[in-house]
Amino acid sequence: MEVPILKQGRFLIATIQAALSDADLLQLRRALIDKVIHFRSNGVIIDVTALDVMDSFATRTLRDITNMIRLRGAGTVIVGIQPEVAFAMVQLGLTMEGVATALDLEEGLAHLQQRATGKI
Amino acid sequence: MPVLQDIVVAIRSDGDIVAARQQGRSLAAAIGFTATDATLIATSISELARNIVLYAGQGEVMMRRVEVSHRKGIVICARDKGPGIRRIDDVLRDGYSTSGGLGLGLPGVKRLMDEFAIESELRQGTMVTVKKWLK
Repeated sequence: MEVPILKQGRFLIATIQAALSDADLLQLRRALIDKVIHFRSNGVIIDVTALDVMDSFATRTLRDITNMIRLRGAGTVIVGIQPEVAFAMVQLGLTMEGVATALDLEEGLAHLQQRATGKI
Repeated sequence: MPVLQDIVVAIRSDGDIVAARQQGRSLAAAIGFTATDATLIATSISELARNIVLYAGQGEVMMRRVEVSHRKGIVICARDKGPGIRRIDDVLRDGYSTSGGLGLGLPGVKRLMDEFAIESELRQGTMVTVKKWLK
């Protein structure tokens, strides 16, 4: 299941649409890094609204993506973590330290715009 | 309540992890668990199935409805014929991992579920059984 990645100005938006296997997550990582380099993007949003489980592998991969993209000087925001998923992650001991999160796409875009204009 | 059959999902690759947790979520919903509990159950299955792929290569996840003196719940059993675990105490400690993972797998699963048991024998395999009860 490939995750579509849309280009919106200098931002990229990856919208996960169904459950992802480990291989799908690694494919998303590769595709996002490639596109950030190709388009010289300065911000990435990963919309995880459709994910009904975020286990240790998914969390680690999203954190790796964020760290890699940060090394390119760009910011990443994870949006749409469902309340039950957040509850399970905390119980499991998974944190997203150092990773920006926002409620939805709109707030994620606002975060990236603030970051791009140097406000945060 | 209809009779619910045991569900067995063979685990051979990472794609099977997704299948196992989806089946677990459906069964949990059929038993009457809330969406939040079904997510905890699905997440536990994901971690247990991943351990099979990482450490044993293949195995299976069995799940079924249980009813014991008016208590209803779900039991999940993840088993493999892999290398087994040398020091079980270590893998139950937060932060321990031999695969370069996050080392949160088993202690985390223990927190998500109500009951947790592990049996392992070197070169014979590992079996983790977890239960969650309807509140």
